[in-house]
Amino acid sequence: MTSVALTVNGSRCEADVEPRQLLVYFLRDRLGLKGTNVGCDTTSCGACTVLVDDESVKSCTVFAVQADGSEVTTVEGLARGDALHPVQQAFHEQHALQCGYCTPGFVLATVSLLKENPNPSETEIREGLEGNLCRCTGYHNIVKAVQAAARAGA
Amino acid sequence: MIPAVFEYERAGFVDEAVELLGRDEEAKLLAGGHSLIPAMRLRFSRPSLLVDIGRLDDLRYVREHGDRIAIGALTRHADLVGDAMLREHCALIGEAAALIGDPQVRHRGTIGGSVAHGDPASDLGTILLTLDAEFVARGPGGERAIGAGAFFTGPFETALEHQEVLTEIRVPKTAGTYLKHVRRAHDWATVGAAAARVDGRVHVGLTSMGPTSLRARTVEDALADGATPADAAAHVAEDAMPPTDASASSEYRLHLAQVLVRRALERM
Ligand SMILES: Cc1cc2nc3c(=O)[nH]c(=O)nc-3n(C[C@H](O)[C@H](O)[C@H](O)COP(=O)(O)OP(=O)(O)OC[C@H]3O[C@@H](n4cnc5c(N)ncnc54)[C@H](O)[C@@H]3O)c2cc1C
Ligand code: FES
Ligand code: FES
Repeated sequence: MTSVALTVNGSRCEADVEPRQLLVYFLRDRLGLKGTNVGCDTTSCGACTVLVDDESVKSCTVFAVQADGSEVTTVEGLARGDALHPVQQAFHEQHALQCGYCTPGFVLATVSLLKENPNPSETEIREGLEGNLCRCTGYHNIVKAVQAAARAGA
Repeated sequence: MIPAVFEYERAGFVDEAVELLGRDEEAKLLAGGHSLIPAMRLRFSRPSLLVDIGRLDDLRYVREHGDRIAIGALTRHADLVGDAMLREHCALIGEAAALIGDPQVRHRGTIGGSVAHGDPASDLGTILLTLDAEFVARGPGGERAIGAGAFFTGPFETALEHQEVLTEIRVPKTAGTYLKHVRRAHDWATVGAAAARVDGRVHVGLTSMGPTSLRARTVEDALADGATPADAAAHVAEDAMPPTDASASSEYRLHLAQVLVRRALERM
């Protein structure tokens, strides 16, 4: 066991973890944050995307011990009380989801993208989200949601 | 898929990593983890000790080193993409880093891990070979420099010794180009082709066309003798041993490589 101390969605958390525990399972099984999904478990689909120190990462490909000392943000940490984060709001309004399985990953990938590039072109949005797969929407409304979020200054 | 059990240590500086590696023959360094963790999840790789160097931020830099550019081994792909010094002096590296995987992969993966893994599909591996980069490694006996020509020794094998940490990569200031053919967004290269001007000659490198990143030396010789890009590119078959796998047949790879090499040379 290895001790880790990290901040998850603004709350400090300390735990002893097996070094082989992947961050996604630490978040889901230890902290009960089930918003982060596992889609492929092979670093392909992006469903498990979270922010580590404000950058998008696939949490199925990071050990929890590697996040020691970091700030982690999951989809549960985006809203402020009842007010959705602007990216969540845009996904809602643009109907950028159907089954919703990929959505937490897309939302966090979008937060990271807009931080690096607040005004992306359509091509930059599509390329910026190439690490996330959606089996339902055909991506069209996801792109519209990212554009709306960018306009809203997310 | 859960990796096999291992011990974990985080190194605070390079010599501590060297020392930790010395404790266990089955130890491995962990940098960004984006080649190693997928391999461990599939249990292709089962190190008994992981020595985490991912926090060695003093190995995360791009700076001038005499007439060359020095890149710290822990520099992330995303750092390379935006780096102003590279854009000015060796733009090829940032342009190619932008083609690696997807943003999440680029936030974690490092240039050092990309080459130390010895993957014949590594884009940066091919580019550094083409640029005739110099690899600086630190081990128990101190530091040594390894030329790119001697670095890639086989599939998933390099000249690095068990206890050596790759610390820095030095490249010439020069112009070049890298073309990568992928089947889908965020895929690895089906084939990649690099061309760069080094010491007055045009060097040509290939990704996924053999057991390691390769130099297309017959193509280079033809160019030096005045061949056109198309005529020079026709020699690719003499330089490559393209594999057949799920993404392409050997014949198709050869065809792609000839087209990409010609296009890369036309841009030089
Ligand atoms: C979905 C996905 C898509 C990808 N697509 C591409 C792509 O298109 N093109 C491409 O080139 N790559 C691609 N990659 C690989 C990615 O670039 C990896 O980040 C990179 O190959 C390894 O770097 P790392 O820092 O993650 O190394 P790690 O995974 O941490 O380590 C890899 C190996 O190198 C060793 N090592 C690491 N650092 C050092 C060092 N400083 N000294 C000595 N040994 C060291 C480790 O012990 C290990 O054996 C992809 C990866 C994923 C998961
Ligand atoms: S579950 Fe992590 S990328 Fe698919
Ligand atoms: S909404 Fe169903 S996978 Fe994207």
